[in-house]
Amino acid sequence: MLLGRVIGTVVPAMLVDELSATPLLWVQPLDREGQANGDPLVCADGTRMAGPGQMIYWVASREAALTLDPWFVPVDDAIVGLVDEVTNYSPEELDG
Amino acid sequence: MILARITGNVVSTIHHPVVDGKKMLLAERLDQDGKATGGYLIAMDAIGAGMGETVIILDEGSGARQILDDAQAPIRSIVVGIVDAVELGPS
Repeated sequence: MLLGRVIGTVVPAMLVDELSATPLLWVQPLDREGQANGDPLVCADGTRMAGPGQMIYWVASREAALTLDPWFVPVDDAIVGLVDEVTNYSPEELDG
Repeated sequence: MILARITGNVVSTIHHPVVDGKKMLLAERLDQDGKATGGYLIAMDAIGAGMGETVIILDEGSGARQILDDAQAPIRSIVVGIVDAVELGPS
């Protein structure tokens, strides 16, 4: 699972039936400092509560399909939770 | 499984129900010399790992679901061990 930030909402004009009830968001993956890292992804929103600007964590592959209810929809990336706070321990805390 | 070091944590109140009451840890991946490779992941804690510890992370969904005893848990990475030492063989 990795951090990401929701950068947009995807409004589909047409979708396969299996995805019709799935909210889709555009997500920029982040490194652990919160900086953009890698290419944006379209994620299904398992929480159904994320929106643009929100930091989230997401999961890929089969686990993404399990995030949603009803589960096992054909998605490859999905939001598992909304992030309130990320703590990165300082080098002094880690080595001291 | 991979070796990683716990370098932080992620706080979340709105999430999938399987995350309720669980700690989500930030872990940096380690190379052969114990240095950070630059990669990281967010892993669920199954054994009480904490700040600065070197851990074994299972980074595979089926195994994680087996540990959580939940066939529908959308979790891929889970901390399954705390490492005392890694000894490199003669090379």
